[in-house]
Amino acid sequence: MSPRPGFVLEVDRSTPPTLFWHGERFALERLPEGSRVVYAPEPTDPLADPVGAIRHALTHPTGDSAPLPALLRPGMRLTVCFDDISLPLPPMEAPDARQLVIEQVLDMAAEAGVDDVVLVAALALHRRMTEAELRHALGDRVYDAFAPHGLLTQHDAEDPDNLVYLGQTDQGEDVELNKRAATSDLLVYVNINLVAMDGGHKSVATGLASYKSLRHHHNPTTMRHSRSFMDAPASELHSANWRMGRLIAASGVKVFQIETTLNTDTFPKQFAFLQRREWEWSLRDRATYAATAAALDRTPARLARQVFHSIKAPHALTSVQAGEVEAVHAVTTANVWAQQGVEVEGQTDILTMGLPYICPYNVNSIMNPILVACLGLGYFFNLYRGKPLVRQGGVLILHHPTPWEFHPAHHPSYIDFFEQVLSETTDPVRMSEEFEESFATDPWYVHLYRTGHAYHGVHPFYMWYWCAHALEHLGKVIVVGGDPRAVRRMGFAPASTLDDALELARDVVGPSPTLTHLHSPPILMADVR
Amino acid sequence: MKTLLFERSLPRFAAARVASALGAGRGAGVGPLRLVDAEPPELPAPDWVRVVPVLSGICGSDLATVDGRSSRYFEDLVSFPFVPGHEVVGTTEDGARVVLEPVLACAARAVDPPCPACREGRTNNCERTAFGHLRPGLQTGYCADTGGGWSAAGLVAHPSQLHAVPDAMGDEAAVLVEPAACAVHAVLSAKVRDGETVAVLGAGTLGLCATAALSHLVAQGRLPAPGALLVGARYPHQRRLAGELGATDALPADQLPRAVRRRSRSLGLGPPQRGGQRLTGGADVVLDCVGSAESIGQALAMVRPRGRVVLIGMPASVHVDLAPLWHREVSLVGAYAYGTEDAPTGAPLRTFDLAMEVVAGSDLGRLVSATYPLERFEEAVAHAGAAGRRGAVKVAFDLRHTHRRPTETKGHPR
Repeated sequence: MSPRPGFVLEVDRSTPPTLFWHGERFALERLPEGSRVVYAPEPTDPLADPVGAIRHALTHPTGDSAPLPALLRPGMRLTVCFDDISLPLPPMEAPDARQLVIEQVLDMAAEAGVDDVVLVAALALHRRMTEAELRHALGDRVYDAFAPHGLLTQHDAEDPDNLVYLGQTDQGEDVELNKRAATSDLLVYVNINLVAMDGGHKSVATGLASYKSLRHHHNPTTMRHSRSFMDAPASELHSANWRMGRLIAASGVKVFQIETTLNTDTFPKQFAFLQRREWEWSLRDRATYAATAAALDRTPARLARQVFHSIKAPHALTSVQAGEVEAVHAVTTANVWAQQGVEVEGQTDILTMGLPYICPYNVNSIMNPILVACLGLGYFFNLYRGKPLVRQGGVLILHHPTPWEFHPAHHPSYIDFFEQVLSETTDPVRMSEEFEESFATDPWYVHLYRTGHAYHGVHPFYMWYWCAHALEHLGKVIVVGGDPRAVRRMGFAPASTLDDALELARDVVGPSPTLTHLHSPPILMADVR
Repeated sequence: MKTLLFERSLPRFAAARVASALGAGRGAGVGPLRLVDAEPPELPAPDWVRVVPVLSGICGSDLATVDGRSSRYFEDLVSFPFVPGHEVVGTTEDGARVVLEPVLACAARAVDPPCPACREGRTNNCERTAFGHLRPGLQTGYCADTGGGWSAAGLVAHPSQLHAVPDAMGDEAAVLVEPAACAVHAVLSAKVRDGETVAVLGAGTLGLCATAALSHLVAQGRLPAPGALLVGARYPHQRRLAGELGATDALPADQLPRAVRRRSRSLGLGPPQRGGQRLTGGADVVLDCVGSAESIGQALAMVRPRGRVVLIGMPASVHVDLAPLWHREVSLVGAYAYGTEDAPTGAPLRTFDLAMEVVAGSDLGRLVSATYPLERFEEAVAHAGAAGRRGAVKVAFDLRHTHRRPTETKGHPR
């Protein structure tokens, strides 16, 4: 039986309560009659032979590219770069897609007699991965073959000795990249294209870049003109990356892009109810939900966080494309939309969403308030093509505990951003003008980014910029069940219950609003007509 | 006449210490402080004058005394029994409103020739506060011969101790002149230079007065302007007031080290999981307006090498690791009371004259949050001990209506 497509349910009297994520907990909420609930498509079928499909992609490239074996020769410098810990979400069950691909790439390199090979985790300004995280992404065989010899590296955007300046785009954007990658005879990039935003030229132009480069597209203006950044043709973020990507190619950097897509099989069997539509819950699903919810209510937040972050998703590989960047990415994007796309008719006055415990920047970490905002207003709000799910001036209601809590090792600059910047302004433009530079160049943050496991000093700004389009678009943001102090610090309104939130929302959008609930994860992309 | 008298009584002293474990100011009910009927003190010399207190504040050093937590260092610098109260606005027999400069230095003690410090106008450094024709007492409020502000019977003062209060200045403002003078002296002792970062630890009366003093003196051109004045305050009302009084940033106390680090662009020592709040650099000046072991430790952790830590809050016997002071060559400066100031610009001035300006210019009368009659001294002292938590700043005794409940005016007990 082929998987069912996404679905928009209209809530009526017989509709059971709807599941909302609430960080490391859940809530069942009864939505007003007439509300819509947008459900993700069911997971598409996995590749029957992932390794065979990978080898096929490498030997039968897409676009204007020779097969990978033909690009490999003895004596060459080969650099294999790969997406970092931020993908996929949740981290996938072993073997990770990166491991499967990189093992094949390395086998072909070995067969061709290439012995100067370096692996680079394309961190951009993200935190460095731990050994355990690298082992999970690459597998023990790859890790043990490279790491002990210093051949498994992590991109350091603050290492002046390992950056190379390639020039400016026709829009005056600086392009500065990882030197090893950019000066190799071949740069193989291995990605996991979890959402449509990922991949393409963004892989190299962002993942291997420095602040000097990134600032040209990670800024409020670009974000406000990316509508959405899940829809590349309408995304200034992508336009900038594409300009940079073409400059990179014109500079002589030879990129062989390998992109993978995953299905939306997001949670293991014990959490199967999370992927089912509530009216289809079996007795077992109901019992599991009740037991899980009751157990979580009695579990300290810290322990609940550990439990959830130990979840590995049964994501399965659904496609592999390799070759020339733009041609590869066109196929990849189509595959992502085929899995995640849901047609939705018209916008809504109120958009609700339950936010889970994880986003790209808190894997094995704490979902701090800035990341809550980023996940809701940056990522979920932007899961659209055409126009936003919620109308201009509408209300976004987030369901999340939003604790005033930060991981001191992973997010040190977030703490200061939250305390010192957001207490002054929530305006992305003002903060970019008044505060960004000092955070970006703060020697303590630079030190922690380079030597510890800290996100770069400027990273919280980028998280807030991700929200810029939504902040400009929305009439109000309400957080249900959040720490009121933390919620207010971000300029949002706290509400104790969904009913209270709807009451607040009616003050903005009128007494009889339309309401749409984004039932995610699993990830879906709304194609709004 | 109603008077609060502090007597030497070891059992009561011990009881106060025990009671104060429940909270600052709790020693008032069981300790050596008693409400008695007393006669006005004798004039020590013909040139002395009587002052009838109008408002008399309760300060941190009073709380430490009442709770039996003052340093034993002061044992030979006080004489028993004494009437506490050194933050005083009152009236003289000829009806003039005055504030008291309580230091009992050579002039008041008829020590002639005066000590070297007093010759230079540094009466706060007087070497004769246990000598002369008065019994020991570093200030009025700690001397058995002078009386003190917590008395309806009044006190006696040497003319050198009195400052006329301008008609435009209300009593609530005037009672803040003494703590403001402490703050002015401390701020000037810090020798702030142009563009420096100043951090203020604590935003009770002294912290807020220091904030106001620094801002006012800068605005008047008497001090170079710091680059930033960061105030760490525990309670929201303190942060609001600090902001109004001129703080560049008024932050929750636990955020101050991070703000200082950001401002100074210094690195942190130790893993960030452990706070990373011991800084390699830090503020140029830290004004410690608390005086506890913890605050001194924090100050040493957030001041830059060769920076200055000024102790305004009265410390007692504390255990502090001085390794950072040694290693970073930090100057730990005490700032006690007031006298004559060598302002960086202009001629030397009496600290109290500058404090009058600060109080008037910054409207510090608003810091008086509650007043009590002497009869309710236990409540008053307990309120002062929990001022921050209870949304207050300065608590004072109101002797205008000694035997009546306070009127519905500003300063009503909360």
